[in-house]
Amino acid sequence: MRDFDYHLATDVQSAIEALRNSEEGKIVAGGMTLLPTLKQRLAAPSDLIDLGGIDTLRGIAIEGKDVVIRAMTIHADVGASDVVKKAIPALAVLAGGIGDPAVRHRGTIGGSIANSDPAADYPGGVMGLGATIVTDRRTIAGDDFFLGLFETALEPDELITSVRFPIPDQAHYIKFKHPASGYAVVGVMVSRTGGKVRVGVTGAGPCAFRVTPFETALEKNFSPDAIAAIAVDADGLNTDVNFSAEYRAHIVGVLARRCVAALMD
Amino acid sequence: MGQFGIGQPVRRKEDVRLLTGQGQYTDDINIEGQAWAAFVRSSHANAKILGVDTSAALELPGVVAIFSGKDLEAAGVGVLINEAAYKNRDGSSMHKPPRQVMPTAQTRFVGEVLAIVIAESAELAREAAEAVEFDFESQPAIASTARALDADAPKVWPEFGTNQVVHWEYGDESSVEAKLKAAHTRVKVDLVNNRVAPSPMEPRCVVATYKAADNMLTVYSPTQGGRRLQTMLAKNLLKMPMDKVRIISHDTGGGFGVRSKMYPETVAVAFAAKQLGRPVKWRGDRVETFMSDYHGRDQINHAEMGLDAEGRIVALKLETLLNVGAYLSENGVRLPMEGGGRIIPGVYHVPDFYFSVRPLFTNTVCTDTYRGAGRPEANYITERLMDAAADACKLSREEIRRRNFVTQEQMPYATHLGFVLDSGDFAGTMDMALKAAHWDTFAERRKEAEARGKLRGIGLAVFIEGAGSRPVEGMRVRFEENGDVSVIAGTYSHGQGHATVYSQLVNEFLGVDYDRVKLINGDTANSPAMSNGSFGSRSSMVGGGGINRASKLIIAKGKKIAGHLLQADPEAVAFEAGVFKAGAGTMTIGEVAQASRDPKKLPDGVTPGLDEEVTYENDVENFPNGAHVVEVEVDPETGVLQIVGYVAVDDCGTVLNPFIVHGQVYGGVAQGVGQALTEDVLYDDDGQLLTASYMDYGMPRAKNMAHVEALFNVVPAKTNELGVKGAGEAGATGAPPAIVSALCDALTPYGIRHIDMPLTPEKIWRAIQAARTGKAA
Ligand SMILES: Cc1cc2nc3c(=O)[nH]c(=O)nc-3n(C[C@H](O)[C@H](O)[C@H](O)COP(=O)(O)OP(=O)(O)OC[C@H]3O[C@@H](n4cnc5c(N)ncnc54)[C@H](O)[C@@H]3O)c2cc1C
Repeated sequence: MRDFDYHLATDVQSAIEALRNSEEGKIVAGGMTLLPTLKQRLAAPSDLIDLGGIDTLRGIAIEGKDVVIRAMTIHADVGASDVVKKAIPALAVLAGGIGDPAVRHRGTIGGSIANSDPAADYPGGVMGLGATIVTDRRTIAGDDFFLGLFETALEPDELITSVRFPIPDQAHYIKFKHPASGYAVVGVMVSRTGGKVRVGVTGAGPCAFRVTPFETALEKNFSPDAIAAIAVDADGLNTDVNFSAEYRAHIVGVLARRCVAALMD
Repeated sequence: MGQFGIGQPVRRKEDVRLLTGQGQYTDDINIEGQAWAAFVRSSHANAKILGVDTSAALELPGVVAIFSGKDLEAAGVGVLINEAAYKNRDGSSMHKPPRQVMPTAQTRFVGEVLAIVIAESAELAREAAEAVEFDFESQPAIASTARALDADAPKVWPEFGTNQVVHWEYGDESSVEAKLKAAHTRVKVDLVNNRVAPSPMEPRCVVATYKAADNMLTVYSPTQGGRRLQTMLAKNLLKMPMDKVRIISHDTGGGFGVRSKMYPETVAVAFAAKQLGRPVKWRGDRVETFMSDYHGRDQINHAEMGLDAEGRIVALKLETLLNVGAYLSENGVRLPMEGGGRIIPGVYHVPDFYFSVRPLFTNTVCTDTYRGAGRPEANYITERLMDAAADACKLSREEIRRRNFVTQEQMPYATHLGFVLDSGDFAGTMDMALKAAHWDTFAERRKEAEARGKLRGIGLAVFIEGAGSRPVEGMRVRFEENGDVSVIAGTYSHGQGHATVYSQLVNEFLGVDYDRVKLINGDTANSPAMSNGSFGSRSSMVGGGGINRASKLIIAKGKKIAGHLLQADPEAVAFEAGVFKAGAGTMTIGEVAQASRDPKKLPDGVTPGLDEEVTYENDVENFPNGAHVVEVEVDPETGVLQIVGYVAVDDCGTVLNPFIVHGQVYGGVAQGVGQALTEDVLYDDDGQLLTASYMDYGMPRAKNMAHVEALFNVVPAKTNELGVKGAGEAGATGAPPAIVSALCDALTPYGIRHIDMPLTPEKIWRAIQAARTGKAA
């Protein structure tokens, strides 16, 4: 790790100013993604601006028809939250299945979403539940947020302050864990709200996406059979030493059907 | 057998220290004034080294020195040795290229050490290492075991014109071939023994310090015993007197065979400390562990078996390709022969046997010993053949084995490669495992699983090992002034729990309080002159046997002293539970030890002191064996395999401490599960390592395991006085064939008879897909 200047920000505005004033500064939230890259010398920021001191960025609340999770809320708190468990149990399951206890007690929802790791869980939840990303200056629909591999709609100096999850009638999340890393080889979140169905997928592609043919078919007939014959195109999906794109495409279908089956029980 | 004697499940006395952070690993050692080392490593799998420019790196503040291969060569540093001497059938010798500590002209694998950079901090050293510029001329590389013999494969050592180290053969190929042809049934298997990264929890670390005034070099490092390394470092590499090189390992965080070797980094750090007259420390990281620790396994095997009409084996032919990496490591090339060859063809009587081994160079890091060291590979081959034979002969898997076991009546039984099995009840051990696993009621569980959409399978493997190789070891028992008794061992406990077991033995033989026995090991300055260390499941026999022999000498001498002091004939003195008795007079062993220090209290001709050192020697090793039965469930839609039941029955002879042996079995099974299910070191075609972190390399996790029911079928070894057989490697040996057998059983509905390890979900899914659509996977 190379030397850097450390700033403990006290509010969102001063964090943004510190970021703008630095040569090559970086925001640090839980540090679970950023610190390993510093240790491996893959990144060498001049400044680290820590959001850990900003109390207003922590907490979970119901606001209207949404569950609002502030950016610095750790995965363990989301996983254990009575509010989340009651309103969107699938989201608590998702958060509780991230990494290991150490990671869940440092890693934050803001950091996870800002990072857009193709194998991270939250992005699948954002797509599958139709969440909205709230930043210091605007709101961004989840559908427009993830642009590609580690690429989001955020401006370089823009901070996520919270994420709004509309409360669905029903939702279910299933993750196929990578045998080595424990990240999602594929993760699928299926939700139903009124007559609308969303199928959000993470792990399979360069960033999280929805499977609209599944959604359309399920809106007509909410059963595993309705999507059994719809193939997911493997083209453009991820391949690594353990799992091919073809396999991932297949697993998207399997997990989606299992989510639907679970919601029908 | 008292509360702490032989056979008691005594809790490990080292655990409180190790689990409360009081262990002393090499990284806990810091020496006043130390500098830090980092290595420049090759990013090329095969390249000419045209030059090196260290000027930019040397200019960085805090950089102390940089040494490359040329500097070591100029200073007269020797090469890393290999003692193997195999011959081709025509009598010509194997290829034995020298291995420089750091190559000067050609680099041959990614991660190879090219230069050592010394700086005031670890960070600075790393920074400077990145600034060292090597000028390479990249050349095509070969990493694949399967393709290394292709005519157009790049040659790791062009001067040999081939990547083949040697073609070693045993037996008469034409006779075996004729018998296979004439056999009623002939089966073949083609197997991959996948390459794995041994992965000790503690990465390598070296601290070296040199005192010029007395020309004394001290090296701290995780090892499996320092004497061999001391010899190599002193004699072959740094050319120093033996007694001027000291190797110390206080605690070592996992050995598995991979910590018993002399690595280039150790030599380079020691050289730098000596050259600079300053302590130098290097702490490797996990990526370096993946790139430069020796790997395990990596064989491709073709095997054929002929059987008669009753399913009895008539002949066996086995052809092995072994990937040794870019150089010859200390033992890698020997693993199929001295490693697995000792016990091949397993627990079965095979009248005629042909065995061919071709070790191959590739542009990868060397392979060498890893838990089991050749025996897991060998048993995997035989057990896959036995399953294939069961299919072909239409016999059950247990019946084909039963018909071919070497029986107790046949023992002592000479194996093909000249070893003699003294004991073992293979049929009884298998039956115990089948019974404990409820083999006969498996159909019910399969049916129940089917109802849940799962394919359930049960698998069996019976295996044998050879343990306690090089059975020579120094052991000393010393009586301390304060009443403690120290065992000064040539063996080295790097996790096995010797402090506990040796204390039990001293308690058993000499009646000394268990708590008063201390283990001293891991320092060449005080270890017995003959000190081999711990590897190959040897310490129970050589360490335990050594304590037994030393105890006998102590008792004999004690009787003389006690007799003298109690005014009795030494012949009339009895010894029991730590007390010498003559008539009404008694002396405890502690009292005798105390008295023995005073020459005035000794009879004529008896030297002071009660301490004894012996060099334990045995002509032969021992043959642990066992049977594993595994149950698995497969999700046919995803190919995910889950182990749901596990029984391991071991014959490791007399059990000194069942609690510790169970620990060895669980750990070994976990590593076997890793090889079978998740672990696979992968290089791409250019020789780049694709699995260099735990993000990509699948270590087995708790959820990959099931509860292991570990049982014993004790058949004491006849060839050592304690009746012990090694227990350290059995788990890793039994697990892979049992798991693959279980998977294939689960996939019976699809007619799938083999899938190569690791059994990843995608491989299983593809095999099922191919079977469904009638195409090959
Ligand atoms: C061993 C291990 C296992 C893991 N397993 C999983 C897993 O199974 N599933 C999973 O989803 N994740 C997993 N993770 C990742 C983990 O969830 C991370 O915590 C998360 O991805 C990043 O959150 P963080 O708070 O640590 O962010 P940091 O590492 O601090 O930051 C990540 C990036 O986001 C930026 N950033 C942080 N906060 C904000 C903000 N509020 N606004 C704008 N930008 C911001 C930072 O500048 C940085 O670029 C794992 C991590 C580890 C180390």
